[in-house]
Amino acid sequence: MSTAVAPVRTSPAERGGARVPGPRERAGDRAFRLVVSGFAGLILLGAAAMAWQLTRGSWRTWAAFGPKFLWTSTWDPVNDVFGALPFLYGTVVSSLIALLIAVPLGVGSAIFLAELAPPRVSNAVSFAIELLAAVPSVILGLMGVFLLVPAVRAVEPFLSRWLGFLPFFRGAPYGVGLLAAGLILAFMILPYIAAIAREVLLTVPRSLKEALYALGATRWEVVREVSLPYARSGILGAVFLSLGRALGETMAVTMVIGNTPKISASLFDPAYSMAAVIANELAEAAGDAHLSALIAIGLVLFGVTVVVNGLARLLIYRLERP
Amino acid sequence: MKTILTLLAAAALAAPAAAEVATLNGAGATFPYPVYSKWFDEYHKVKPDLQINYQSIGSGGGIRQFTEKTVDFGASDGPMTDEQIAKVNGAVVHVPTVLGADVPAFNLDGVTELKLDGPALAGIFLGTIAKWNDPALVQMNPGAKLPDMAITVVHRSDGSGTTYCFTDYLSKVSKEWETKVGKGTAVNWPVGLGGKGNEGVSGLVKQTPGSIGYVELIYAQQNAIAYAAMKNKAGKFVKATIPAVTAAAAGVKMPKDYRVSITDAKGKDAYPISTFTWLLVYPKNAEGKGVVIKDFLRWMLKDGQGMAPALGYAPLPAAVKAMVAKTVETIQ
Repeated sequence: MSTAVAPVRTSPAERGGARVPGPRERAGDRAFRLVVSGFAGLILLGAAAMAWQLTRGSWRTWAAFGPKFLWTSTWDPVNDVFGALPFLYGTVVSSLIALLIAVPLGVGSAIFLAELAPPRVSNAVSFAIELLAAVPSVILGLMGVFLLVPAVRAVEPFLSRWLGFLPFFRGAPYGVGLLAAGLILAFMILPYIAAIAREVLLTVPRSLKEALYALGATRWEVVREVSLPYARSGILGAVFLSLGRALGETMAVTMVIGNTPKISASLFDPAYSMAAVIANELAEAAGDAHLSALIAIGLVLFGVTVVVNGLARLLIYRLERP
Repeated sequence: MKTILTLLAAAALAAPAAAEVATLNGAGATFPYPVYSKWFDEYHKVKPDLQINYQSIGSGGGIRQFTEKTVDFGASDGPMTDEQIAKVNGAVVHVPTVLGADVPAFNLDGVTELKLDGPALAGIFLGTIAKWNDPALVQMNPGAKLPDMAITVVHRSDGSGTTYCFTDYLSKVSKEWETKVGKGTAVNWPVGLGGKGNEGVSGLVKQTPGSIGYVELIYAQQNAIAYAAMKNKAGKFVKATIPAVTAAAAGVKMPKDYRVSITDAKGKDAYPISTFTWLLVYPKNAEGKGVVIKDFLRWMLKDGQGMAPALGYAPLPAAVKAMVAKTVETIQ
């Protein structure tokens, strides 16, 4: 579920583009080359095996429902009627909420840490951020259940009073639901975005910035005109890496999303995600049709991450070649 | 350290007699896991050269592994269906081991005692009874002050034997539930929030005023959660207790293959949302294994049963125990 992290722009020569023809390849060199290309090949093989296995395991579902599986909303393991749409919706929307919150916060704090903060503060805070990134998601889920959900439940009535004219902020304040899931995911991916964006911003050459300062630019103008454009593809990479993590997150989401396969415009209502339904139902899926449908959900999730990765690549490719 | 030494000693003792069966592997239901692991532990003390491994991977997984013959025995909270039995060519013995029960746990300010009957519970979980002061509930609870408040339904999100037992009960007491939803380890819930595991459901119930969910009896007792008394078939309101669960098992006619549902059982003291849990055993086992399994099952019926109540499980009623004892002797 890894997403492309874009390297900072470098010329082909810097990257060591073509293999430099060294002295004659010795036996040891050849063995080394074979071994490492074998390792690289194994990764490809793994991905292919995964896709094959998921397709095979879910064949029964595709045969029974066809592509309709993707856009129907009934999930009824008793009568073996399955549709993936509510799960697809829950996964995508909770991840988008997370991005909406985490990207401005993460990039903002990265700018502060890389450009404005004194080095001591910057290092201390960066260390804390990296620590946050290492917190296991089940811990975040616990925090979500005991702190976030009650807080969301307390805030929801106010949201619906002031923003209730929007369909997103209506309904009963359960606490658990899409909003809570989006918030916990935002909290989870924030350190990723902040840490990577900071690293990328630190690679912006001093000379470029100083040149602009020399022209009388303000700090904000330097950040806007030099740092951000230079680091753009790296930051985008960070965002897509985080999105990949948010899409696949299981534990923390299932603990706060409400686990109800329904599509509702309101963010207050309980929803479900693809990873969560697999984790929840796989162990007790006694029927073959049910098992196959869960594997089909897995394949859809796999497909979504592949599409997201593809889009990320495309976007970064475009940005690198204006 | 001591256990390691014991294990080493056990291994050393077992090693010379290579023909002896040293391990049994089983997999399945999570619901009886606490009592099973206690049994296997205690039995290991009785027979130090036998190690029984049990993976609590869920009833569905237990049935699957049993079907694929990757384990020596399986375990399930729901009996195997005819279709599943056909897959193993009928070669399965269901051995009931203990009983458990689901209770409707609720969170309602100022209400500690609540009475419900089957149709009312089904109505709540169908969403047709949506308020606490619904006439049907008020009529059943003359003493309680039921508020004008929406009912928040909480159910299990993970597939579970607890859900099977609960939906099996609702299917029996409500035609509408049977046709609209049905029974299973996971179902298409008409309303409500899903919590993962007993702890997820009870967590949501505790946090949400006006909510009702179902959890295992032992879980509600250990965590001091208020739960409702259920009206049984005899018309009496019974709060779940271990004797009431055993009474439910005594009130049904036991079929030969033990595949029986004891929800909504007869008997005036029977608690209606109760269930057996089963071990799945092959009638014919590999050389030497049958004897070992038989020995264990005999011990389970004689000594093991007494350990169940302390862990929150109801022991088998005497009549069932006698019947199972006979079945055990047929295992080869």
